[in-house]
Amino acid sequence: MAGLEDLYREIILDHYRNPRNRGELECPPAHRSEGFNPLCGDEVVLTFEMDGDTVTDLRVGGQGCSISQASASMMSSAVIGKSTDEIRDLTRAFKAMMSIHEESIGGDGSEALDGATDTAGANDGALRLGDLEALRGVVKFPVRIKCATLGWNALATGLDETVAAG
Amino acid sequence: MSAGAGPDIDGAVKAQFPLLERSVHGRPIVYLDSAASSQKPAAVLDAMDDYYRTVNANVHRGAYEIAAAATEQMEQARADVARFISAPSADEIVFTKNATEAMNLVARSWGGSNLGPADAIVLTEMEHHANIVPWHILAAERGFEIRWIPITHDGCLDLTDLDRLLDGAKLLSVTAMSNVLGTLNPIPRLAAAAHDAGALLSVDASQYVPHLPTDVGALGADFMVFTGHKMCGPTGVGVLWARMELLDAMPPFLGGGEMILDVTKEGFRPNTVPHKFEAGTPPIAEIVGLGAAVRYLEGLGMDAVRAHEVSLTGYALRTLTDRHGDDITVHGPSEPAQRGGVLSFVYRDVHPHDISQVLDQSGVCVRAGHHCAKPLMRCLGVTATTRASLYVYNDTSDIDSLAEALDEVGALFGR
Repeated sequence: MAGLEDLYREIILDHYRNPRNRGELECPPAHRSEGFNPLCGDEVVLTFEMDGDTVTDLRVGGQGCSISQASASMMSSAVIGKSTDEIRDLTRAFKAMMSIHEESIGGDGSEALDGATDTAGANDGALRLGDLEALRGVVKFPVRIKCATLGWNALATGLDETVAAG
Repeated sequence: MSAGAGPDIDGAVKAQFPLLERSVHGRPIVYLDSAASSQKPAAVLDAMDDYYRTVNANVHRGAYEIAAAATEQMEQARADVARFISAPSADEIVFTKNATEAMNLVARSWGGSNLGPADAIVLTEMEHHANIVPWHILAAERGFEIRWIPITHDGCLDLTDLDRLLDGAKLLSVTAMSNVLGTLNPIPRLAAAAHDAGALLSVDASQYVPHLPTDVGALGADFMVFTGHKMCGPTGVGVLWARMELLDAMPPFLGGGEMILDVTKEGFRPNTVPHKFEAGTPPIAEIVGLGAAVRYLEGLGMDAVRAHEVSLTGYALRTLTDRHGDDITVHGPSEPAQRGGVLSFVYRDVHPHDISQVLDQSGVCVRAGHHCAKPLMRCLGVTATTRASLYVYNDTSDIDSLAEALDEVGALFGR
């Protein structure tokens, strides 16, 4: 059985209590993207600045549970200074870690985690994710996965729109 | 009898609900989410099981023994439901899939033939989405105005401008009891005001019928919807009650078998009420189960059910406040007699998702989220609340478990 300590790791609680890069940038020049979880009403509002292909700054607004807000905070620390390609790779690796296969629902989720590590690609999946690894335990609580991916989906949408707009 | 129990409802009631014997995460289950769906007594489970084992056949068009028995059981349930809400006739009971479908039926069938661009209807800011979205959908097609009765800071309807809001309106559609705040709305007063203004009154009684003695005539309703699964019955069956002259005049909702008298290549003649609104094979076993649920509740006595819940709600408000003081705020009316056993609360600044997750580890089942009432959430200035809701099988030990488990929340998220 998954215990609460699998979900509420200390680093997650730290990001929840002391969110990094909290706030909002002026738009324009910054770009804006929002994510909503219709199930619980959680929201993440991202504003970010680009220099060419690189995200030079990003701020996180909105409100929600510890998992959605901590995940967005950790994401902000991880992506500032990175190129859109690097961020897309990171997003893929993170979402692979968050993926859960149907056959493992009802189990302890460990099969899905093993599979996720494989699909996270290369041998450096864990290395690349760094602190974000702390969110791995969320997979054991399937209803919370959407909380953890809320900010990441908003960023992916925001980057796609920014690139499309040229 | 425990300290918080009402005059007639005691610990024996809990033992009639098989699910409540199980444990969760190694702890006895503490089920506090009956506003979302109630648990089912053995009497209901047995009735449905018996139906499938000994009666099962399609209704209304079979001459053979078990088809007649199936029809009889279904129509008995219709009579039981009519008696339960003091409806003048069992023919005024229309079975639907749930309360949501029943409200969509009212919107589509009555609204679709009575509302146009010059018209207005009145809703309130505390409605469930089931009493908002069907009207939004219809208004987009037919262009009528939707007006809103606001709420006060303590979660009651603000009726200051009621007459102005009702002026020229054709319908007031309102919840009898808020699924978020527990607020009991003054339905007879609203009925009188609506009727004075020439409007009809539609009542979402999903949270009311399971918990209080209900008399559609005394309430003054013209339409009333509710659902089976919140009143000890199964999922998959809901009820629309309306005055016969309204049902008679309304066009069919869904088309198909059962709802016709004749069909030709040129058209069809609709069946009589209520069959006009019951297209296709109905959820027969569920309707039989709902009948059993109604008889079960009548056995307890709805006055006793209400007394039990007023008493337990008072105990809950006292216990949570005594134990957690300023750390906890319960939304809605503070006087138990003015509310039902629905307790939406804020605990420190911990998000409801996190509260319910931690409570779950103690076997305590509460709901976190917007409770399908986003306009109300915006009025309250929150995106979500944690909601504990009570029913006949709850007792003071359940409240004590909730109050204790909140300590764990404080320990984990305390700053």
